[in-house]
Amino acid sequence: MRKVIKKLFWAWEYEKEEKWLNEMAAKGLALVDYSLCRYSFEPCEPGEYKFKIQFLEHRTSHPESEQYIRFMEETGAEQVASYLNWVYFRKKAAEGDFEIFSDIESKINHLTLIKKVLLPIGYLNLGVSVMNFVNLAFNFPGALWVPFINLACFALMIFGVHKIQKKINILKKEHAIRE
Amino acid sequence: MENIALTEAVFYILLSLDEPLHGYGIMQNAEKLSNGRVRLAAGTLYGAINTLLEKGWITFVPGDSGDRKKEYVITESGRKAVFAEIDRLRELVENGEKLTGGWNK
Repeated sequence: MRKVIKKLFWAWEYEKEEKWLNEMAAKGLALVDYSLCRYSFEPCEPGEYKFKIQFLEHRTSHPESEQYIRFMEETGAEQVASYLNWVYFRKKAAEGDFEIFSDIESKINHLTLIKKVLLPIGYLNLGVSVMNFVNLAFNFPGALWVPFINLACFALMIFGVHKIQKKINILKKEHAIRE
Repeated sequence: MENIALTEAVFYILLSLDEPLHGYGIMQNAEKLSNGRVRLAAGTLYGAINTLLEKGWITFVPGDSGDRKKEYVITESGRKAVFAEIDRLRELVENGEKLTGGWNK
């Protein structure tokens, strides 16, 4: 029996999302599929699986991503869902801890990858907003509210980048004295 | 040989690859060698393996390509890196022990 839950997590909240998926698994509901804000669950033994989410450099269908996912699967992880560059892995809890990164540098690289995708989306929205504002001011003043939607998107992305940068800074400080 | 400190992951990967192993084999070996202390996570291991392949310190085991699991083995320059690292670690341990000999524990 499949259970679908609609829920929104921003890219910079993937650790919160992971935590939620693990809480669901502890209650006996294992993620089996994901697409835009729709999480599909199927019953499992409570605590049977641990979940991890990773953002890859390329789309999950890219050969390099496929090679990486195959490597992950050789180590006992299983891909349950993917969306754009995001992969959802699970591993049997009986097989022990499930971490994707065991060193600080890899964690920093992972967060940097997410940041590098958010920044251009933010600036693109800022550009569109300014262009539309100028254009509409001259030609169609009644629709001057439209650019503010893009401006809000810009602000949201910058907020996300800031959140991720804070995490990166903490890790960098730690990395200055240990691996 | 450049004078660099290897990461723990790299050191244990190189030590493990005297004989050909695939990724999961390296993880198990590192954990065994360190009595359970070093648990290489798959993402970290994957990144390190790719860098080591690029540097030529390890190489694919020729022959069984196709969809079988990839196996890796250490190269001559990889072995040199391990010896250099052991010398570095020995210096650390010797200095550490010499200078802390009189410290209160």
